[in-house]
Amino acid sequence: MIAAEGRLLRVAAFDLTRKLAEINWFLVILISALAGIGALSLYSAAGTFAPYAKPQLIRFAAGFALMLAIALTDIRHIARLAWPLYFVSLVMLALVLRFGSVGLGAERWLSFGGFAVQPSELMKPALVLALAHWFHRASWERVGNPAFLVPPVLAILAPVALILKEPNLGTAVIVLAVGASVLFVAGARLWLFGLAATLLGVAAPIAYTHLHDYQKARILTFLDPSRDPLGSGYNILQSKIALGSGGLWGQGFLHASQGSLDFLPEKQTDFIFTLFAEQFGFVGSLALLVLIALIVFTAIAIGLASRHQFGRLTAFGLGVNFFLYAFVNVAMVMGVIPVGGVPLPLVSYGGSALLTTMMGFGVLLSVQVHRDVEFLPQRQEI
Amino acid sequence: MRRERKRLSVFTRRALVAALGQASLFGMLGFRLYRMQVIDGARYATLAVDNRVSARLVAPPRGEIHDRYDTLLAGNKPHWRALLMVEKTKDASASLAAFSRLIPLDPAERQRIAHAIMVHQPFIPVLLRDYLSWEEMARLAVNAPALPGILVDVGTTRFYPFGPDFAHLVGYVGPPVPGQLAGTPVLNLPGMRVGKSGVELQQNQPLTGQPGLVRLEVNALGRVIRDLSHDPGQPGETVRLHVDAGLQQLMATRLATEQSASAVVLDLGSGAVMAMGSTPSFDPTLFDTGVPARQWKEWVTNQRAPLLDKAGAGLYAPGSTFKPVVALAGLTSGAITPGTHFFCPGYLELGNHRFWCWNHGGHGSLDVTSAICQSCDVFFYHTALATGIDRIAAMARRLGIGAPPPIDLPGFDPGFVPTREWRAGQGKPWTLGDTVIQGIGQGFVQATPFTLALMAARVATGRVISPRVAAAVGAETIAHPPAPDLGVPEPYLALVRQGMREVVNNPLGTAYASRLPDSNMEMAGKTGTAQVFDGPQNEDTAQLPWKFRPNALFIAFAPFAAPRYALSVVVEHGNEGADAAAPIARDLMEAVLARDPASRSVAPGSVPGDPRS
Repeated sequence: MIAAEGRLLRVAAFDLTRKLAEINWFLVILISALAGIGALSLYSAAGTFAPYAKPQLIRFAAGFALMLAIALTDIRHIARLAWPLYFVSLVMLALVLRFGSVGLGAERWLSFGGFAVQPSELMKPALVLALAHWFHRASWERVGNPAFLVPPVLAILAPVALILKEPNLGTAVIVLAVGASVLFVAGARLWLFGLAATLLGVAAPIAYTHLHDYQKARILTFLDPSRDPLGSGYNILQSKIALGSGGLWGQGFLHASQGSLDFLPEKQTDFIFTLFAEQFGFVGSLALLVLIALIVFTAIAIGLASRHQFGRLTAFGLGVNFFLYAFVNVAMVMGVIPVGGVPLPLVSYGGSALLTTMMGFGVLLSVQVHRDVEFLPQRQEI
Repeated sequence: MRRERKRLSVFTRRALVAALGQASLFGMLGFRLYRMQVIDGARYATLAVDNRVSARLVAPPRGEIHDRYDTLLAGNKPHWRALLMVEKTKDASASLAAFSRLIPLDPAERQRIAHAIMVHQPFIPVLLRDYLSWEEMARLAVNAPALPGILVDVGTTRFYPFGPDFAHLVGYVGPPVPGQLAGTPVLNLPGMRVGKSGVELQQNQPLTGQPGLVRLEVNALGRVIRDLSHDPGQPGETVRLHVDAGLQQLMATRLATEQSASAVVLDLGSGAVMAMGSTPSFDPTLFDTGVPARQWKEWVTNQRAPLLDKAGAGLYAPGSTFKPVVALAGLTSGAITPGTHFFCPGYLELGNHRFWCWNHGGHGSLDVTSAICQSCDVFFYHTALATGIDRIAAMARRLGIGAPPPIDLPGFDPGFVPTREWRAGQGKPWTLGDTVIQGIGQGFVQATPFTLALMAARVATGRVISPRVAAAVGAETIAHPPAPDLGVPEPYLALVRQGMREVVNNPLGTAYASRLPDSNMEMAGKTGTAQVFDGPQNEDTAQLPWKFRPNALFIAFAPFAAPRYALSVVVEHGNEGADAAAPIARDLMEAVLARDPASRSVAPGSVPGDPRS
């Protein structure tokens, strides 16, 4: 106990250079490697640096600086920002429905003086932080009280409803799953999940009737891609052909016949994994999957190593968020789950997603750097 | 702290469970990846190649059709069409406006073009105007700098230099009909044409050639990235015909003096069809470029049937031109002998019916030769009665009437000769009266100008002549075996030939007026005047409405001493064979003898219309 006290004091006092040394550089290398693969794939998507790879690398550099800055910020300051950030994101989500610009049929972007933000991207880390903050002060018994769970459940459902309305089914499902996973590790009783699953099972058929036609089409073509090989099923079919034709060792860098001949739709965004897999084959894509898995498990390990609940839940939530994004994207291009505008984090082209992802990693690193700080709930409930 | 420990242990346990779940999902992705890329990789790779490579067939140029002296009868003519490449212009409507200032577009065309621009990818050319005239093409070419994105492209049209003159014989081409598409992908090519009639149809296969194959790398939108391989294919073979274009032209000109007529000229040495025509005719080029509705309506409603090849498919009662058949049937069956005489009082009485001779005054006593010469009907009434219809029918078929036409052209009618059996099949008894009128080629018997020429050729040679139109396909000459013997005793044939000689050369003969001017060359022939309806005979038929007038027919061969050519001429409703058909036959015979290669060697180029002159 005394040793711990001393360590807490020591950590509380450490300066920026000491903090830098504390950063989990292994994770930073993993992140950079993934971003490097992203740049490589974007280069191959165009055959030149110009349209995708170069701006993406510049954004990554900016995101990298942002990540380090956040990593060095005291986690307790970040925690104080959790709910404000959440509400700002929620308001932005509401605004995007009213004023957002249309991209690919869905209203997802907000423009601030030439800088486009995707509020749903921002909402994911914000929700994780808000939930972590809520449960930071909750004991096991407290979490057992269903009434205590009403505010966080509403906090999850509000953005999910807004994102569904955009409409962006994929992101909504991810946000819901991230929120649920945080509830799960925070100690929400298992029967609640059983109940939620049952309700969802009942609600899904009703919800299906309210889906947009293109969303229904996605689900139907997912169930049978050959139903409409030149329409909605085209993307999945072409993606599978390109991916499969990569074989064991791949076609070789810049030798992606399907990708370079435009058979592959949206190859620089949603289908970047396919482009990579066609060029580098099973060996290359498996390596990419392992890299993503390492980042996810490092995040969970950071959570496990945190001495305060806020850090645990934040690290875990961010890890799950990253995992879900990567998983949904890869499973989607393989034709395992329906297509739905979900990019591959750090690899797909897109500034908003890259910046929010790097912010998330910044928070994760901050949790890791500040894993031992004395961070007691304002109201003692433990 | 106990509470904190509980919270931590719940978090740790559940985080590890979640991590396990994530790990298994990663495992699933990895396994799926393995299945797609390693196990099914080859299959997907094949699909990828299919995606990437587009094999396109290239229409081969259609083979030409030449006459015996290699004069072009059917060829391919480039035609120009204006296209708009939308992606090559900044402002498609400005280019279009500039285009329409040079070549006016009507509102319907504008609408079609606007629609095409809207629905097609910008790299797909939009057709502005097909079949540009040379002048329009030149106007566009000169103004090219002011027409960004507009280009002039070359297609091919089937071209028939002689137009209507060869329309029935050479035939015409058109787009394939759906039934013809089965199993022949080349026919699906745009602009592909198939033979629809005549030589174009008969020789369609060698004329078509082998399609080329171009393998192109294309992207998902179908834009061509590059050529992977290029096989130009095999152009269609040139088909050379026995026909003499100069003679055919002369025939067309000569037939055109009548309202509706047809003729066939055969070479007796080789069986070659020297000329074969039918008038009125039509412009075969229209079937490729599109027949205007009004023109089509005119063709199908015209009583003179311009679309029908009357030489091969026009059915006529042969009339007196049938008499050589009856004579040979009688002689070979023994029903009559060379010495048989019949007395003609101007009619034959059978039961209570009187069958008139054309000469009501009567011919007196005649043998077979003079009966042919004077075309005495009564003589042949008697001969037919003595011979019987079945033996006449057998002889007619042996001479080419009523038997499958031995010719390398489609759509030829065999004609028809009746038999007792056929009549019984109709539930009617054969009567002697029926036999009587078959004797003068009236009644049920029907022949085409081709079968009449064939009959004349077989009578002239005593051989089973089988006419041929095509002489060579590409470098390969079509073998034509020598005609076998007809099996009709030569003395009988000689009698009939003598009779036919006298028709033209005896002052008593029915076609004495149409004898050849060159006294060294004798033409043998037979006139025919066939009733087309059962009207009162011996009326002045020239006063009847056109379609009720008798058909005028004439068959001939020459020179009599050593026959080299046979022909037939049928003038529909021409009234008298001797007046309408025989003069045409004489002119044709004179021309073909003058153009004979034997005489050509003496004075090449001295013949009018000679392609070598």
